[in-house]
Amino acid sequence: MLRLVSLLVGGGVASLVGTSALAQRGADGVVNILSWQAPSIMNPYLAGGSNDADPASLVLEPLAGYDQDGNLFPRLARDIPTVENGGVSKDLKSINWKLKPGLKWSDGSPVTSEDVVFTAHYCMDPKGGCAALAFFQGVDKVEALDDLTIKVTFKQPTAVPYTLFVSEWSPIIQAKQFANCLGAKSQTCTEANFYPVGTGPFVIANFKPNDAIQLKANLHYRDPNKPHFSEVNYKGGGNALGAARAVLETSEYDYAGGLQLAPDVLSKMEKAGKGEVRVTFGSLVEFLFMNLSDPSPSLPPMERSTTKHPNPILSDIRVRRALSMALDRARLSDIGYGPMGKPTCDWIPAPANFAAGNTECLKQDIPGANRLLDEAGWKRGPDGIREKDGKEMKLTFVTTTSAVRNQFQAIIKQWWHEIGVEVELRSVDASVFFSSDPSNPDTYQNFYADVEMWANNFSGTDPAEYVARNTCSQPNVPRYCDANYDALVIELGKTADIEKRGEIVKKLNATLTDSYAIVPLVWRANVSGISKTLGGPAVNAWDSGLWNAQDWHRKK
Amino acid sequence: MLNYAIRRLLIVVPTLLLISLVIFSLLKLAPGDPLSQLPPAIPPEVRAKMRAALGIDGPVIVQYLLWLKQFFVIEPLHGFDVLFGTHFSDGMQRIVSWQSRGPVFSVIAERLPQTLLVVGLAYIVGVLIALPIGVVSAYKQYSMVDQIGTFLSMLGLAVPSFFSGVLAILIFAVYLDWLPTIYNTNLVVNNWSSFLEQLRQMIMPVMVLAVQTTAYISRYLRSSMLDNLGQDYVRTARAKGMDEHVVVFIHVLRNSMIPVVTVIALGLPSIFGGAIVTEQIFKVNGIGALLITAIHVNDVPMVQTLTFIFAVLIVVFNLVADLLYGILDPRIRYD
Repeated sequence: MLRLVSLLVGGGVASLVGTSALAQRGADGVVNILSWQAPSIMNPYLAGGSNDADPASLVLEPLAGYDQDGNLFPRLARDIPTVENGGVSKDLKSINWKLKPGLKWSDGSPVTSEDVVFTAHYCMDPKGGCAALAFFQGVDKVEALDDLTIKVTFKQPTAVPYTLFVSEWSPIIQAKQFANCLGAKSQTCTEANFYPVGTGPFVIANFKPNDAIQLKANLHYRDPNKPHFSEVNYKGGGNALGAARAVLETSEYDYAGGLQLAPDVLSKMEKAGKGEVRVTFGSLVEFLFMNLSDPSPSLPPMERSTTKHPNPILSDIRVRRALSMALDRARLSDIGYGPMGKPTCDWIPAPANFAAGNTECLKQDIPGANRLLDEAGWKRGPDGIREKDGKEMKLTFVTTTSAVRNQFQAIIKQWWHEIGVEVELRSVDASVFFSSDPSNPDTYQNFYADVEMWANNFSGTDPAEYVARNTCSQPNVPRYCDANYDALVIELGKTADIEKRGEIVKKLNATLTDSYAIVPLVWRANVSGISKTLGGPAVNAWDSGLWNAQDWHRKK
Repeated sequence: MLNYAIRRLLIVVPTLLLISLVIFSLLKLAPGDPLSQLPPAIPPEVRAKMRAALGIDGPVIVQYLLWLKQFFVIEPLHGFDVLFGTHFSDGMQRIVSWQSRGPVFSVIAERLPQTLLVVGLAYIVGVLIALPIGVVSAYKQYSMVDQIGTFLSMLGLAVPSFFSGVLAILIFAVYLDWLPTIYNTNLVVNNWSSFLEQLRQMIMPVMVLAVQTTAYISRYLRSSMLDNLGQDYVRTARAKGMDEHVVVFIHVLRNSMIPVVTVIALGLPSIFGGAIVTEQIFKVNGIGALLITAIHVNDVPMVQTLTFIFAVLIVVFNLVADLLYGILDPRIRYD
């Protein structure tokens, strides 16, 4: 009898524990997310930045995405097509994606291959102004083989076909909703752009552009027990400091991304004990770009900073090498980024397969730099500044207006002064520097200076498109041209084996960094602030920071 | 008076047109780009296509004339449609933001309540606090109260809102944990606790803004009262045996309020302009914050529309202040 009773009690307790472990959808209430760069549109194809694409990733999903380690995993697709499982054709010219069966849009209608084909047409439309157009370049056609299968055919054999429909930048949109939004009309479909129908864990209840988004759990989400939160309160605006304060000091918000702040400011805030700062390293590296062309204002505007006129000072590789040797990257990284940065000699620092892991440049060598410049024929003048053939060694160095970057400029100027180079510093507002307006003289593309400093990265986990940008035929930023480099890029385009690709990329990295046209400084992390009561977020530098929002829950 | 008003109104029209042309030219000449925040991974050819889709690079004069037509014809027509349920403006291209691709006026309509509530309330609170301070400072000139009042006014005028705002946040939100630092624009007030919550989140921005209004209005009132307290009619009133209350509050104050009312009327357009800095600090996300973010990304339609609206309000309220002065002060006659 006693045994029966204890068994029954045990069974009752176990079932209670069982049900509470299998948390119900929406059991955890509201989660508060803060993005100091406010979202202005919910359609990533028309997005202005990751501040738009990240919240959209709560609603819209691609066929596959990247997890926090950079591994590709299927979202709407059943699995990742590869050559081994037959999803990718042996000639690398086509890829077959299969959708998971039973997927539903948040309005209840089924997700079919028609939606995927429509998405391709939407972005490939030349008048659409689609931000992810580069992903679809090289695509010949996209067709639906049946309700759940899509075939993408490329014009050339494509070693890495995981560009379109992968990551937060290329999600699947509903054909029915966006039917009247093709081409030039894409800009004015405000209802669809603000309230897209998606398959993600949440749906948009209210969207105030540049202000706040209210999201509710998607009742048609494919996992019946997720998301654990019933509501998302997504707020935008202010600055990084206010955002960090709201998560780490006052606990008003649970999650804030993009916290690019001085390391001591963040560590002080962390001491309050209400939240933690998490860093993750992707492919973002802060670089110095050396202008191999002459930016002199005395040249006619069409010839300024073009390969027609080589740079009188920086064309000599010994000069560029000396400038790089004079830098102490570890000091820079420590001062500017603390635990949120690592000094690096590599142009491509990650993923591990592509990272060369060079460390020789990390040692600062001022005497060696001085010797190199002497060798190159630059003799010190009476004021300590080197000169050659009557030309003084004076460089203009431009970057964006930011506390860390301007600090770096001052430090680098000091080091270069020690090796006899005079530097004129300039800083330009980021919205002007990164402008795509070709008539604007201060853009990073026009490069009307000798040296530039900014950070660059590539989307996804394969740098194929990134490396292709520095070939001779492309108007690349340092105006770099090397036949060996071009040959390696062509070889990369033909190689599908991931190990061999790693080898080639490492060679490309060596070629470029050994030319000192691009000088890597600091490998920068993505920084997020997370409240101690929030469980689940895994900071991700390869895809949206909110990539696993369906798993987030309130810690008890 | 009527002639004067009509003359002024007629001059307003070319003034505003000139203002809109100057603003538009300045914006087109300014550097900056709606696409500057896109990740560097997006290549220049794609950006060029996005610019073409937005229509950024078209001829300047065409864009200006199109904006004029949209602002003066299409938008009022759309407003008429919304009010009366008609469909005259269907299919017509409204003014669209380059950033969100949504109609500019919807965003303004969404943001206006926040700004009016916070900044409007701050203005009212500022004026209400300034009145007693100004009166007492003038009445008891050079007394302790006056000295303190003067000192506080100087502080209020000298300390910028980006300092006092952050200081207020540090004290009341971080150390004392009494008030929230981030304004929730989606808060719906339908019961006592949400009303309290709304009050709590409004206190800091309202007080930071009110301090500045209080400072200069109390000084205006003080000097105006001092002017009047030395007048002969005040001596006559006292000699007649009137109560000090009646002398100060009925005679002197009413006369002193004339210039102060006009100053208050001149300050009203600033409510719509929003307190740009304060809105940014507290993330109130009203019209001021909208203007700043639009300027940063060179969103010309948004900036053009907003600054033109402010220009209209300033010109109109200037006229209102001038007319008020004529109405309140019988000594002033316009012809």
